[in-house]
Amino acid sequence: MADTITLEVARYRPDRETEPTVEAFEVPLRRDWAVLDGLNHVKDNLDGSLSYRWSCRMGICGSCGMTVNGEPRLTCATFLVDYAPGPVRVEPLANFPVIRDLVVDIGDFMRKLPEVSPWIVRGEGTSVEEGEYLQTPEQLADYSQFSMCINCMLCYSACPVYGLDPEFVGPAAIALAQRYNLDSRDEGADVRMDLLIHPEGIWGCTFVGECTRACPKGVDPAGAIQRYKLTAALQSLKSFVLPRGPR
Amino acid sequence: MSEPAQQTQRPYRPEISRLWWLRRRSYVFFVLRELSSIFVAWSVVFLLLLVRALAQGEAQFRAFLDWAAGPWVVALDVLTLAFLVLHAVTWFNLTPAATVVKLRGRRVPPRAIAGGAYAAWVAVTALVVVLVVTR
Ligand code: SF4
Ligand code: FES
Repeated sequence: MADTITLEVARYRPDRETEPTVEAFEVPLRRDWAVLDGLNHVKDNLDGSLSYRWSCRMGICGSCGMTVNGEPRLTCATFLVDYAPGPVRVEPLANFPVIRDLVVDIGDFMRKLPEVSPWIVRGEGTSVEEGEYLQTPEQLADYSQFSMCINCMLCYSACPVYGLDPEFVGPAAIALAQRYNLDSRDEGADVRMDLLIHPEGIWGCTFVGECTRACPKGVDPAGAIQRYKLTAALQSLKSFVLPRGPR
Repeated sequence: MSEPAQQTQRPYRPEISRLWWLRRRSYVFFVLRELSSIFVAWSVVFLLLLVRALAQGEAQFRAFLDWAAGPWVVALDVLTLAFLVLHAVTWFNLTPAATVVKLRGRRVPPRAIAGGAYAAWVAVTALVVVLVVTR
């Protein structure tokens, strides 16, 4: 194994450049080093001005997403040895405006997320004396997969629909809506449905399926959206057949 | 304390090339599947034309058959068949993603759901073949 590997890092310094350029850095190739370790090596030893986001280094915080050799990846969970002998191209997440180097503007996602009420909605609510909302392991299993989302936005970066139409609510937000819809304690499905049953919501998705392949947490947002579409279709059918019936 | 220096906020928005869908196999398939809807529509129109010709009597129906045997129409129909198969296969592969079936509290594996859809397809096709052959 060679003892170094080349990182080709996208640089964008809006004070100096009008569009991104690529800068190559030689970093140690160690078996236990992730792409993020390579970037940290660059920042600590070669060029302190390199900008990128990271925090936990263990696939939990969701802040280190970048494009590695064309694929959206968590850089803390993507190992340099898997790309040996290199070079490894590191670019910002696709489909987002680039603020600087590898840092993208995530404002759009942060605005969309609360729109789907990603919390437990209760009509009346119960008093503390009445105790907790109980749930069986089977009820937990219905949604637990969708609760694994770490908001890393790799799915948005992989989604061509979002790339072409930034108004699309997008995979993770819809998967999170499903996470609460499928929670036995939740009563907010109708509110979320009204919000998502439009062309920029679930019907914006054309099932490319790349979001599910990109997701590092096995959330399967594409599956969540298709299930949502089926529920929506059945619901419209029902209200068509029984216009006065309860929803 | 002095004012912080004015930040240069000029986010870079890369342009999406017209050929973005050639970058990845799954994107190509996605575009082809979207395109297949045109051919699905054509197959419906073709069927309606056939039914109309049938309703207008034998002479009209023969004329329709002659027209349908022309090289252009045959070529179009072969292409249509290819797109219909693509449409059907991708649709069946999608079913397990959209439907979660539970049997005695256990989730039916996705393969079984897709398999069921394919089996139903084969059964209906077989029925049609039998009807056509043994009429
Ligand atoms: S669904 Fe997966 S890829 Fe998308 S934000 Fe959540 S964890 Fe990341
Ligand atoms: S640094 Fe937290 S997920 Fe990678």
